[in-house]
Amino acid sequence: MFLWIIQRDLLLAMRRRSDVLTTLFFFVIVVSLFPLGVGPEMAMLRIMAPGVVWVAALLASMLSLGRMFASDHLDGTLEQMLLSPQSLPLLVLGKALAHWLVTGVPLVLMAPVLGIQYDLPGDALLVLTASLLLGTPVLSLIGAIGAALTLGLRGGGVLVSLLVLPLYIPVLIFGAGAVEASTAGLGAGAHMSLLGAFLLASLVLAPWTAALSLRISME
Amino acid sequence: MPTLEGNQLECVRGDRRLFRDVNFSLEAGGLMQVQGPNGSGKTSLLRMLCGLAAPAHGEIRWNGTEIRTLGSDYYGAMSYLGHLGGVKDDLTAIENLRISSALGGVEIDERKAHDALQHMGLGGRELLPAKVLSQGQRRRVTLARLLVCGTVLWILDEPLTALDTTAVKLMQGLMEQHLEHGGMIVMTTHQEIEIAALTTQRLQLA
Repeated sequence: MFLWIIQRDLLLAMRRRSDVLTTLFFFVIVVSLFPLGVGPEMAMLRIMAPGVVWVAALLASMLSLGRMFASDHLDGTLEQMLLSPQSLPLLVLGKALAHWLVTGVPLVLMAPVLGIQYDLPGDALLVLTASLLLGTPVLSLIGAIGAALTLGLRGGGVLVSLLVLPLYIPVLIFGAGAVEASTAGLGAGAHMSLLGAFLLASLVLAPWTAALSLRISME
Repeated sequence: MPTLEGNQLECVRGDRRLFRDVNFSLEAGGLMQVQGPNGSGKTSLLRMLCGLAAPAHGEIRWNGTEIRTLGSDYYGAMSYLGHLGGVKDDLTAIENLRISSALGGVEIDERKAHDALQHMGLGGRELLPAKVLSQGQRRRVTLARLLVCGTVLWILDEPLTALDTTAVKLMQGLMEQHLEHGGMIVMTTHQEIEIAALTTQRLQLA
C-alpha cells in the first residue's frame, strides 16, 4: 500500500510536470541570481554559497507544500485515505516520501551544478549535496504536518510558512553549517550527524503527527 | 450477524443543532434511507456513521463496539461514497479504480478492474483520463468500487446524482443483490427509488 501511494503520486506528478518544474526553476533562478546581484567577488561568493543554496532549497520545498494534500482533499481521495483500513501514518509517510522524490531529489541533483557558479571546491560541493540529501527529506516530512494542519483553510499558504519555518531553521543552520565547517577544515561530521538525527526523528514523529492533524482538519 | 446501531446521536454545526436523539439499529440485509430537506444534516450523519466526524453526543456501535475504538477493523468492513467521488482527473478510469480499491484494502489486477468498469457501462473508456469523462461517467467510476470492495456495510451519500436511468437501474440491481447476500446499506437520495430489502427503514431528519 505504501508503494501504491508513492507510485500514484509519482504518476500524478508525471502527468502534471509543470508543478514539479516550477519548484526546480524557482530553486535554479534564486540561486543563479545571487552571483549576478552581488558581483563576481570569488571569496565572498564562496562564503555565501552554502547559505544561499540552503535558503533557496528551503523556500522551494515550502512552495510546493500546499499541494501535498490539497488536491486529494478537493476531489475526495483524502476521505478515502482516512477511511482506509491501512495505517494512516504509513500513507502519510508515503505521500511525504513522494513529495521528496518529486521536489527534493531534483534540488539535490541540481545543487552541485549550481555550486560551481559560486566557485565551491570539489569536497565542499560533495558536502553540500550530502547535506541536502539528508536535509530535504526532513523538510518534506515536517512540511507534511504543516500542510495537514492548514488543510482547507483560507490563507493556508501564509499560515503553513509561519507554522513550518521555525521547525525548518535548525535544518537550515546545520545544513549550511556542514559546508562551512568542511571548508574551514573542521570536518562536517558533527553537522551531518545532527542532520541524520533530525531525519530519523522526523521519520518517526512526523507521519504520526501529520496523520492526527489530518483527522482533525477533516472533522 | 453484523449490526450497526446509533444511540441518541446529536449533531452540532457551529452554534446550530442540526439533529438530536437520532436512534436506529440496522441488521444484515437491512436498508436505511436517510431523508430530509437540504441542510438537515444527512451528510453530517453519514460522515459520523463512517467515522470521519465525531457526534456531539451519543455513540455509534458496530457489532456492539464503538466504531472509534474499532478503527481499521471497522474501516475494512465499510465503504463510504461521499459527494466527492475521489476520482483523480489526471488518472485513467482503471488507475482510479485500482488505487481507490487498494486504499480500501483490496488490491485488484487490471483484468478485474476492467471487468468492473465494463459492468458499470464504461467499456471502451477505461483508458481515458477521468477529466474527459462526463459527470455521470465519473460517478460510475466511483460506484465501480462497490463491485470489487467486498465490504458488508455501504454508506452512500447521494449515489444516484448525475446518473442516467439505465445506470440508476443498474445501481438498484447492485444494491438489491448486496442486500440479498446479507449486506447493509445506509443511503441518502432525493430520487424516488424502490429497493427490495429484507428490512427497509426510513430515518427522517427534521
